Amino acid sequence: MSQAEIVLSAQGLVKRFGGITATGNVTLNLHKGARHALIGPNGAGKTTLINLLTGVLEPTEGRILLQGEDITSLAPHQRVRRGMVRTFQINQLFDTLTPLETLALTVSQHTGLGARWWQPLGRSTQVVERCEQLLEQFHLAEVMNQKTNVLAYGKRRLLEIAIALACEPRVLLLDEPVAGVPAGEREELLQTVAALPADVSVLLIEHDMDLVFSFANRMTVLVNGTVLTEGDPDTIAKDPQVKAVYLGHGEEMAHG
Amino acid sequence: MNQPQDDERRWQLWGLNSPQQALHNKQRWKLWEPVLWLLALASPWLLASHALIINEIAIVALFAVSLDLILGYTGIVSLGHAAFFGMGAYAAALFAKLVMPDPLVGLLFGMAVATVLGAVCSLTIMRGSDLTRLMVTLGVALILMELANKLDWLTGGADGLQGVVLGPVLGRFEFDLQGQVAAAYSIAVLIVLFVLARRLMHSPFGATLTAIRDNRLRAMAIGIPVTARLAVIYTIAAGVAGAAGALLAQTTGFASVDVFAFDRSADLMLLLVIGGTGWLYGGVAGAIVFKVMQDAISSITPQYWTFWMGLFLVVLVLVGRERLIRPWTWFGGKKK
Repeated sequence: MSQAEIVLSAQGLVKRFGGITATGNVTLNLHKGARHALIGPNGAGKTTLINLLTGVLEPTEGRILLQGEDITSLAPHQRVRRGMVRTFQINQLFDTLTPLETLALTVSQHTGLGARWWQPLGRSTQVVERCEQLLEQFHLAEVMNQKTNVLAYGKRRLLEIAIALACEPRVLLLDEPVAGVPAGEREELLQTVAALPADVSVLLIEHDMDLVFSFANRMTVLVNGTVLTEGDPDTIAKDPQVKAVYLGHGEEMAHG
Repeated sequence: MNQPQDDERRWQLWGLNSPQQALHNKQRWKLWEPVLWLLALASPWLLASHALIINEIAIVALFAVSLDLILGYTGIVSLGHAAFFGMGAYAAALFAKLVMPDPLVGLLFGMAVATVLGAVCSLTIMRGSDLTRLMVTLGVALILMELANKLDWLTGGADGLQGVVLGPVLGRFEFDLQGQVAAAYSIAVLIVLFVLARRLMHSPFGATLTAIRDNRLRAMAIGIPVTARLAVIYTIAAGVAGAAGALLAQTTGFASVDVFAFDRSADLMLLLVIGGTGWLYGGVAGAIVFKVMQDAISSITPQYWTFWMGLFLVVLVLVGRERLIRPWTWFGGKKK
């Protein structure tokens, strides 16, 4: 595992907002094909870290390497083009478009057709075939022509991930993928998360410990903006420090 | 891997078109569209006595389509869209006067000048908030208005630029006094630019614009260069507004400082409120309703037409466009 190539490397990331240190010297390496979970109590700085990695925020100190390239000062969309894609904890979708249109435009953008104005969307067979795959893979085929804002919550959650995958990520940051999904629609979502392509390196931010322990082969525990510990799930589960953190917030460990 | 026929059949099992078909249907021309446009093109002769207002409607419709490109498809609010309209008008008028009288070359020149102005103004999109953008567009229009007023050796100042004489369209169709050729010319230009705009909006480029309007954060997160896209469509919209302005100067043989006026930009917003934003026909529908109502009401009560216009707008917004055009839904709840 540790022999595998490092795809994403955050080195000594620091983010201060005025006098408050939201992220304090975080170093995190994501290996190729990793299933890496990032956990920690509320306010631990998970979201700030994601924003730093994706370029929404600029770090005060430190640097970020994606496949060896320094991307610290790149804009969010440039990082996406280099293979770092995220999903959102709260759905960020295109409400007036259908899942099919959403995916078609995302795939078009990703294959370099995004600036093409003289051809209809979906003229490229390559784009359409990729959309078909994604629609089926994410159980969205039956609803592909419905406007996104009328879809069931679980379907929207699936689309959220499908959009990210349409960008053909090398690194996928999943921000609480099952948050708020009702029990009936949950299984479908868990299956898709489990079936993500093996060569994509996934960083999962999640409160749901069932998902974390069934999914991750490596875990990082974030507390107060710094890394408390990192290791494989068994070690983390037994770690007294981690227990202390979560016992202090006993309900965190228990609820989803 | 599947054979194409299998592919079709698989989607039919769900009672669906294949994705390719579904995407294609979305951008296919509906039957009523060419019919509508042919009628429009014939209207200067069908309604010969109304050629002047038909011309005006076509020009305002084109102007509204231009604003819809940025307001409806990207959500940028502009209160100074008349800047580009006026720029096109003066450029085309001066071109006819000083360079050559050919209408089409003048039209292209007017568009080009407005496009350049749009490109410069689009830099403001890169920085600043919605409110800054609003103020910048407004400011640019005011500056240009004052320039047109002061540079009277070139623009004729407050008297306007008079004596714009144009040659025949395509070297064949002379502008006539009744305005039929002028109206047909404006409609033809409207059709050409409308078709191009329609194509643009159904392309991947157009889809990324809609994505930006719907959710800018996510648009960025799927790799769309948001500000660059906005700058491009803003520039294109400026060019289209310039075409509308050029048409006005050419078909009326006149350009005056009021082409830059704030009311022109404001009326345009009303028009899109009436017709609806985010679909290109909204601008056209709005232009027709607005102009016809203005014409009809002001012939009944010349002094108070703005009152009735205002009342109509208030009712429209309160009741909603969807319900207003379906009178049978006004009473009795859910009847269809």
